[in-house]
Amino acid sequence: MLTYTIRRLVLAVPTLLFISLVIFLLLELAPGDPMAQVPLTVPAEVKEQMREALGVGQPIWISFPKWLYQFFVIEPMVMIDYYFGTSLSEGQFRAISWQTRSPVMDIVVQRLPQTLWVVGVAYIVGFAIAIPVGIYSAYKQYSLFDNLGTFITMVGFSVPPFFSGVLVIVIFSVQLGWFPSIYDTTLVVNSWESFVKQLNQMFLPVMVLALQITSQTSRFMRSSMLDNLNQDYVRTARAKGLREQAVVMVHVLRNSMIPVITVMALSVPQIFGGAIITEQVFKVNGIGQLLITAIQANDLPMVQTLTFIFAVLIVVFNLIADVLYGLLDPRIRYD
Amino acid sequence: MTDAAHNSPLSDPIPDKPPRSQWEEVWSQFRRHRGAMISLFILVVIVAGTYLGPLIWRADPQAIPSTLDMIKQRDARPIYTSIWDSGAKVQWANPLGTDNLARDNLARLMYGGRVSIAVGLLAMALSIVLGALVGVLAGYFRRLDSPLMRLTDLFLALPLLPLILVASLLFREPLSAAFGVEGGTFVLIVSLIGITSWMQTARIVRGDVLALKEREFVLAAKSVGTRPGRLIRRHVLPNVLSPIMVSATLGIATAIITESALSFLGFGFPPDFPTWGRLLNDSVDRMVSFPERVLWPGLMISLTVLCVNYIGDGLRDALDPRIRGR
Repeated sequence: MLTYTIRRLVLAVPTLLFISLVIFLLLELAPGDPMAQVPLTVPAEVKEQMREALGVGQPIWISFPKWLYQFFVIEPMVMIDYYFGTSLSEGQFRAISWQTRSPVMDIVVQRLPQTLWVVGVAYIVGFAIAIPVGIYSAYKQYSLFDNLGTFITMVGFSVPPFFSGVLVIVIFSVQLGWFPSIYDTTLVVNSWESFVKQLNQMFLPVMVLALQITSQTSRFMRSSMLDNLNQDYVRTARAKGLREQAVVMVHVLRNSMIPVITVMALSVPQIFGGAIITEQVFKVNGIGQLLITAIQANDLPMVQTLTFIFAVLIVVFNLIADVLYGLLDPRIRYD
Repeated sequence: MTDAAHNSPLSDPIPDKPPRSQWEEVWSQFRRHRGAMISLFILVVIVAGTYLGPLIWRADPQAIPSTLDMIKQRDARPIYTSIWDSGAKVQWANPLGTDNLARDNLARLMYGGRVSIAVGLLAMALSIVLGALVGVLAGYFRRLDSPLMRLTDLFLALPLLPLILVASLLFREPLSAAFGVEGGTFVLIVSLIGITSWMQTARIVRGDVLALKEREFVLAAKSVGTRPGRLIRRHVLPNVLSPIMVSATLGIATAIITESALSFLGFGFPPDFPTWGRLLNDSVDRMVSFPERVLWPGLMISLTVLCVNYIGDGLRDALDPRIRGR
């Protein structure tokens, strides 16, 4: 298992390099010019110098390794400097955003907590609802609960987040006035009231994201439980006189959780992607919204970095899912 | 066959109907899935409404009346609003009301549906063709298997939504120049969705082809000298048709959602060009005063996708020979 993990980790490096090259080549075609906003009174040669300072128009065999060096060497150095007060990165050039002229990673780090709060809570809420629902509807297959649950998950699966988001805003914040429709990111949580306020404003975006996670996972959980409930070992467990609760919640559940846990790992990058739309609806200024504004403003270094972060998430969580599957299911042997 | 039947073949009951074909079996199984049948009905109604509706409801979705008429007629509410709000501005000429430029909401909803459904179908077709091609080639020719599956894995590891967003901005200008603004966007969105959604189909098809390749009928076909191209068309493709059909159905749903999401984020069709996602996006700013402009397009998207998903479910059950005939 360890050798398998190491082999996969080593293989992930060329994959990520290749993906970043693909993103880079795609962005290379972009027509935008970061100097478009500069006043016309600025002389052409000054503009040329500004362009040079931002690194625009360099051939790809210079700009791509440079970006890699900035992302993988200089940014970790900056992080070490920040935490340990050293000065490793002094005099090094970091990747600069064309929009704000400040280092790309600084902005990403500023925006990341908002996304993590919303996505993380939605993830936990989603699975906390989906797993019990999946277990119960499989156990009572074709009951009223199961039929209703299947219908609701199908609806949750089909309603796109940009509609469900707008719908809950109309219902809960316009008609009922219970929750705010705009996420206030300047809120500092330092007292009980502000914590309640934070929960209050997180409720709607979390609800929308969690609905999607719940409907996907509970369908999966249900079918996984159904596969296991008809197996021979369940009959054996019942025949030897185990209580029904022990049969379902220990024997069946533990075996059904194996595929569900890999789905949990695989859905992490998915909900980060889904958060792009949800953040736009609720005006959460997380990394999804940052990506949209960066694309609209032609801020190529920012787009490159953010897209690459999404790619890293996908590759890493695919790897985690495969390794977890091997660890949890003794029948799977990769070596 | 028992001995008695063997001895007296003439006493066998003679079947009065010819044996049912595979597709009749599938259809009869599909009809038993209640959700799928209801969904099929609703979907047919929606598609007929968007494609045939404009023949009956002849309002022009793009026509803006002259200034004075526009100010008089714009921002009308749907007729049903007058049930609870007698002061609401309603016009019998516009059953679903008008937008802020006095264009008819019902006509816009119909034309928007045309575009959304067309994008869904074409993008699905493209993704299925790509997926089936890659899957069959990878499954059938051992030499192509490894590189093609590497390519599939690579596509699966790409962050697709960000890349679609980036690419939709990059290629907009050249395609608009070639096909006109609306046509260019249409080609762009269909190809972007198609190119980024073939991977699951390719994987499923490859798995099935790998299993089929070992079967006797393929060996038999090979032994009489059938060429690979003909073998694939005649023997392999018909047998992998059912997984392809299921993923085609589900592909329509994904494509419609992606198109609407792109339009919603402002990366899809140009403003003023009605598609369901675009209508939703345009109305979000004023949804407090005019909730119907958000509700109707959103409901249509959700309902279409829901129906397509249910049909996919029913189709999967109907095409599964282990369930069929139960």
